[in-house]
Amino acid sequence: MLGALIIVFREVIEAGLIVGIVLAVTRGLRGSRLAIAAGVLGGAVGAALVAAFAGAIGEALEGIGQEVFNASILLIAVVMLTWHNVWMATHGRELAADVKRVGEEVRTGSRSVFALGVVCAVAVMREGSEIALFMYGLIAAGGSTAAELVIGSALGLAAGVGVTALTYFGLAAIPQRRLFAVTTALISLLAAGLAAQAALFLEQAGILTMLSQTAWNTSAILSDTSLFGRVLHTLIGYSDQPSVLQVVVYAITLAIIVVLTKTVGSRRRAPMKAHGAAAG
Amino acid sequence: MMKTAERFLALAALLALGLGAQSLHASAEEAAKVSLTLKDHKFSPAEPAAPAHKPIVIEVENQDKTPAEFESKSLRVEKVVPGGDTITVRVRPLPPGRYRFYDDYHESTTEGFLVTK
Repeated sequence: MLGALIIVFREVIEAGLIVGIVLAVTRGLRGSRLAIAAGVLGGAVGAALVAAFAGAIGEALEGIGQEVFNASILLIAVVMLTWHNVWMATHGRELAADVKRVGEEVRTGSRSVFALGVVCAVAVMREGSEIALFMYGLIAAGGSTAAELVIGSALGLAAGVGVTALTYFGLAAIPQRRLFAVTTALISLLAAGLAAQAALFLEQAGILTMLSQTAWNTSAILSDTSLFGRVLHTLIGYSDQPSVLQVVVYAITLAIIVVLTKTVGSRRRAPMKAHGAAAG
Repeated sequence: MMKTAERFLALAALLALGLGAQSLHASAEEAAKVSLTLKDHKFSPAEPAAPAHKPIVIEVENQDKTPAEFESKSLRVEKVVPGGDTITVRVRPLPPGRYRFYDDYHESTTEGFLVTK
């Protein structure tokens, strides 16, 4: 039972952290709760489908379907997170200052909320499909211990929800005026980490073969399979044996997000200065 | 005029496809192949050998009914192997050494080492 609990919890940490961050980031945004709930639910359904068709996905594209699929959905999450960050840079301050939102902004807001709903769906789907396969294995194996293992899995899942709650309330404790800086940084690092993961899948598929040397090996200091290592893996993309390519992809993604957030954010804010100077 | 452009495009696409297929073929030829079987949650061979400094293709056949996840930190591999299915993963050229791999769903009991020299 404990084994199942640990395995499921390990898989669920990443999704739990991401959903917790998204919940905190979108606090106060109209429609965000619905979008996140739909994302999590859709992700769970997607996970079951991915698990059910694991064989077919794996055999697609001459055997590299699984890697390409994983890389693709990770990259979707990266794009959505970037989009949200840029949107936040242009509207976040207004929201923070509780400026009355005009119709157009609410619409872009709901699009950004949709983007983060997709991020939740992707996170739940990726981790969830592995849990679904694991559970399927447990049930297929049968035996008297199956029920106990299912209970263990359920407890693991509950612990994952606990991670979400902890993340959310941890971030919620940050004062509102600092929250945007914190979540913008969090989302940028999160997205860069996901991009590096996507690069790894493309390396595994043999699509990207350059810069495959190991950049560093810190598995003796902090293994990324340990609990703390896993948390850091999700939050900042920590890896104990990354390839040089992963490091490069991480740096480039982070640079692109920072530049986009800064330039678009300042360009869109400039016209507001005339009447918004007092707030700044 | 339109026709010529279309033909040119089709030719270019064919050429690109051919080149792509060829390069895939070439890399597959260079790679050393390692075949693993997973049965009763045990890898066999448990310590497969492979040449160092050469790309490696690992084929994992899961003869169990339950799915496994073929994973290795040092090989940087993570791939689901459904019950009764076979997968292949590509591994970069490695310096000589012992590289641990395992079934992520049964990590404590199901492991093996890829030995490169």
